[in-house]
Amino acid sequence: MAKVRLATVWLSGCSGCHMSFLDQDEKLLELAGKIELVYSPIADIKDFPENVDITLVEGAVGNEEQLELLKKIRKNTKMLIALGDCAVNGNVTALRNSLNNSVEEVLERAYVENATIKQNAPTNVPRLLKRVLALNEVVKVDFYIPGCPPPANLINYVLNELLEGRVPPLEGRFKYG
Amino acid sequence: MAEVWEASKMIELTIDGKKVTAKEGDTILKVARENNIYIPALCYLEGVSSFGGCRVCLVEIKGSPRVFASCVTPVAEGMEIITNSERLKRYRKWAVELLLSERPHVCSVCVANGSCELQQLATDLGVDHLRVEREWTNYELDLTHERFAYDPNRCILCTRCIRICDEIEGVHTIDLMLRGKNSKVIFDLNDKWGFAESCTSCGKCSAVCPVGALYVKGKPHSESKRKELASFVTSRRSEKTIG
Repeated sequence: MAKVRLATVWLSGCSGCHMSFLDQDEKLLELAGKIELVYSPIADIKDFPENVDITLVEGAVGNEEQLELLKKIRKNTKMLIALGDCAVNGNVTALRNSLNNSVEEVLERAYVENATIKQNAPTNVPRLLKRVLALNEVVKVDFYIPGCPPPANLINYVLNELLEGRVPPLEGRFKYG
Repeated sequence: MAEVWEASKMIELTIDGKKVTAKEGDTILKVARENNIYIPALCYLEGVSSFGGCRVCLVEIKGSPRVFASCVTPVAEGMEIITNSERLKRYRKWAVELLLSERPHVCSVCVANGSCELQQLATDLGVDHLRVEREWTNYELDLTHERFAYDPNRCILCTRCIRICDEIEGVHTIDLMLRGKNSKVIFDLNDKWGFAESCTSCGKCSAVCPVGALYVKGKPHSESKRKELASFVTSRRSEKTIG
């Protein structure tokens, strides 16, 4: 049987979900035998590939580049999984949505008011969206793993169930938020 | 209700197929809990009046297409109650999702993370994401009180604080203003908490807040919650001659 093609993606998040993914420790070795890692921040692959079976997406959609990438991921992935609270509902990343949806205000606060040198917002990076979006506000999401971060055991449980062809019920197994 | 003090008539009914006896006039929720049948509830607080606001304690009664808030529906002879059908689970899940969507409930930066009743309900009901767009409100925090803090962005408008302040502490410092999702818990005539003259600083409100909206400053949330308050409240309650 061909190995399952797995991708992991890091959008606007703190990388904690990926740390939790790596916290599977020795179980990663078992997992490695069953999957082929085709795209990930921990692998040097430039473009999101085609025909991906499972993609774990950490982080919310915060800028234009991520918006495009997420649409591409959806097109090329059979099962798209929102990994962690930022991907699931925006979480800390989306707290800026409370600031009257003003990107300028956020940039001013971060790069001018709180900066001591070089007081200006960067311009050579993708533009921030007016509003930070959870994944399901942009594309169809097939499965959600909540948590900030989701525990390593939960990630491992879900992945193993999915690799066995089962969709695990999560009631009571995770902690919301 | 003076009849509370008369000899209560006992009646029979079934809850989830189990035959139980109950005092006439008791609510479905109370009878279920007395018989160790769990019905989730959020705005309900033992010892103060109920108003059926959160819609989490919904139950079905055979013979009616409607669902009923069990915290305000009295039992009746021969009633057949269902507490846990697929329909009820669906409705409860929606109720919790809507509460979570109404204000920016971000658990990871909330003082109540890990001891929050809303978070626990979401976990129990399998709310793993929100199916509606979230409101990102930006209410100002009220940190003017010496001992307590108030963050309206985390408030679910359950009104437990209002009821306990009025009915148990007896001062009615807290109330609601405006309507619908714009409703807001206020102190006195919308004063800052620290300047609300009628507040006795008793702390009952923060002790019963199911989320992280009202909390004690500088104390772990889990320690300031109502672990022993229910019995405290009910013992105070029985001293009073009100129904």
